[in-house]
Amino acid sequence: MTSSTQSNQETIQAPCPECEAPVAFSRSPLYGEITECAACECELEVTNRSPIRLELAPEVEEDWGE
Amino acid sequence: MRIAMLYTRLRVEERLLIDAFDETGVDIDLIDTRSLVLDPADPGRWNEYDAVLDRSLSLTASLTIGRVLESFGVRVINPTSATAICSDKLRTTLALERAGIATPGVRVALDQESALDAVEAIGYPAVLKPTIGSWGRLVARLNDRDGAEAVIEHRAVLGSAQQGVYYVQEHIEKPDRDIRVFVVNHEPVAAIVRTSEHWVTNTARGATAANFELNSEAADLAIRSSRAVGADLVAVDLLECPERGLLVNELNHSMEFRNSVETTGVDIPGIVARRVIAINDSPTPSCAGRSR
Ligand SMILES: Nc1ncnc2c1ncn2[C@@H]1O[C@H](COP(=O)(O)OP(=O)(O)O)[C@@H](O)[C@H]1O
Ligand SMILES: [Mg+2]
Ligand SMILES: [Zn+2]
Repeated sequence: MTSSTQSNQETIQAPCPECEAPVAFSRSPLYGEITECAACECELEVTNRSPIRLELAPEVEEDWGE
Repeated sequence: MRIAMLYTRLRVEERLLIDAFDETGVDIDLIDTRSLVLDPADPGRWNEYDAVLDRSLSLTASLTIGRVLESFGVRVINPTSATAICSDKLRTTLALERAGIATPGVRVALDQESALDAVEAIGYPAVLKPTIGSWGRLVARLNDRDGAEAVIEHRAVLGSAQQGVYYVQEHIEKPDRDIRVFVVNHEPVAAIVRTSEHWVTNTARGATAANFELNSEAADLAIRSSRAVGADLVAVDLLECPERGLLVNELNHSMEFRNSVETTGVDIPGIVARRVIAINDSPTPSCAGRSR
């Protein structure tokens, strides 16, 4: 891995669509990845990878589960 | 070797699985179930997969996609036959009862009045659950007749058709915890206890997980349950009944393990990934003792 070059790059982040606080990633996120905004605690889904776009994750549906 | 993983959301579990496959050096294709259009007449490229790991959150998606892929001859993990049983608490009860596996007593009814009769037959407290549901949602303890009438009426008026099945279970006076055994290819690989002040001990509802030292009773129930439903991967939930000993409460076909890797020190995603990769080295599991 190119972790040394990684640290020279800009931090990987995108604004929260709900509260606009920056949401940071420790590595490039995957499409569909779920994360939480530390500022407003809403659940977010990565809907585009570059540039990173975050959208509110869909509500849990009735037939969802383990 | 080509593996696909179906998903709805890439949660912690899915990311751990992706990393685990990465470590084995086997490439996996990530497939968002929402993006799929399937042609039942044409397998297309699906047959190129040696196995498809189903991590869909939606049961409807799991069964729909799984049935199409299995008709093409694709090996889906879990097989839809196992998913259909584990996801449905009544079908789980039937499979456990037919296999002679200890499980709480249940009554099933289909209308409000007979649902109340079912509750009274079980006695108070009784537990009313949706047959299809997870994460402790809508699991209700009925402590007396007034409460039972109220919950049953609410279900009848506000619930979906699925809620019209009244699955009433005997309440087990368990300690403040239940036990979960993770089973891969009919072998218990790890176990946790989930402890809560609330009688509903789902970690999704705030229960805390700790390692559970597997004993032979728990291991035996877990193995027999896994075999009874023909699952490749299953989390078997056990209740400690003061009178009857361990009882199998329910089976989970798409187990969540984010709180269990560190807790148990067991590399659950790694074991799962290696099992998926090795899947074609052994025959499709079938339900023990019965053809279906
Ligand atoms: N019959 C019961 N007696 C005692 N506790 C129960 C009973 N049924 C469920 N529970 C508690 O409620 C939790 C959730 O019930 P469960 O049947 O596993 O539904 P879910 O599929 O929503 O997880 C269990 O983990 C357990 O702590
Ligand atoms: Mg459960
Ligand atoms: Zn926010």
